[in-house]
Amino acid sequence: MVKRAVNEFVKGLWEEIPPFRLVLGLCPTLAVTKTVENALGMGMAVIFVLTCSNVIVSAVRNLIPKQVRIACFIVVIATFVTIVELVMQAFTYPLYLKLGIFIPLIVVNCILLGRAEAFASKNGVIYSLADGLGIGIGYTLALSALASIREIFGYGTFYHISVFGPSFKPFSFMVKAPGAFVCLGLMLCIMNMFKKK
Amino acid sequence: MESYIVLVISCIFVNNILLMQYLGNCPFLGVSKRMETAVGMAMAVIFVLVMAGAVTWVVNYYILKPYDLEYLRTLSFILVIASLVQLVEMFLKKNIPALYAGLGIYLPLITTNCAVLGVCLINMKEEYDFIHTLVSSFSYAAGFGLALVLFAAIRERILLARVPKPLQDTSIGLVTAGMLSLAFFGFKGMIH
Repeated sequence: MVKRAVNEFVKGLWEEIPPFRLVLGLCPTLAVTKTVENALGMGMAVIFVLTCSNVIVSAVRNLIPKQVRIACFIVVIATFVTIVELVMQAFTYPLYLKLGIFIPLIVVNCILLGRAEAFASKNGVIYSLADGLGIGIGYTLALSALASIREIFGYGTFYHISVFGPSFKPFSFMVKAPGAFVCLGLMLCIMNMFKKK
Repeated sequence: MESYIVLVISCIFVNNILLMQYLGNCPFLGVSKRMETAVGMAMAVIFVLVMAGAVTWVVNYYILKPYDLEYLRTLSFILVIASLVQLVEMFLKKNIPALYAGLGIYLPLITTNCAVLGVCLINMKEEYDFIHTLVSSFSYAAGFGLALVLFAAIRERILLARVPKPLQDTSIGLVTAGMLSLAFFGFKGMIH
């Protein structure tokens, strides 16, 4: 049992790492990866919501009628998102302002509903917990990787620490919208090249 | 009158929901492989977004605000949108079967389209009045449709091109979206 739980956890880190392998949840991926700080904040919020919602959904999976399950999942997810929103407003207000509209939008992040529907509604609580944690951490890693590239080239800094020194002219294309799309596209391409081998 | 024209242009071109605000990207990549599906999705979004904008405005100003329940905004909006989509679906199925056949499969997908919830939240954040809310919802949806249809047209052409193996599918789609977004940057100077 422990082994299976570990497997469910590990698969989120590489085999099914969102958004590269599971192409879900692209909107926040593109929007919050201007700086590593934003990406980490978003990642933490997603880890919390995903783990909690997976546990609750799998705990009540036998009580919910099949026809209304999607609506029930959304209510569970929305509850945790509201909790995150209030907590962030209270304790990390600057980050809350930077992420802005993308915190309430975690509700419609397809990863959450996708995991609830595809995994938590069919598996036990422990496995769902492992799955939620794994996918959440994988998502955070992916966001941070994308954000590192964009921040290093777009602002010339990494977590607000200068990388190239003052003579570097920031390549501001990278932190604008087009840079986000192209950068993610090229990262997917690199992932695909690894898969081929 | 002038404020409405500025709002329309800014929502469709300058702040395009897909290419500038990064909302609704999942359907953007998901349904843009063929022209017909893209047009269907665009129509469904315009239809639902205008209604959702109106209903969430009423919910916010007549239910949440008087009772100081604004922290429940996310929860109530998503419920309103989900039930609205369901309602629209049933209504169309019964009364306008032709339209239902056209939009049918795209309607349920809209519930988790973050463009819909996103625009409703933007409307509240900007504190628009009712008419401005309607205009902005419609224009954002029209901008979504415009970008989606343009993108689908490009993607149909890409099918004929010889794309390197690792870049195929989503990857080249994202790079193309980047180029399209770059083109939309050209509209930035339209409004000061």
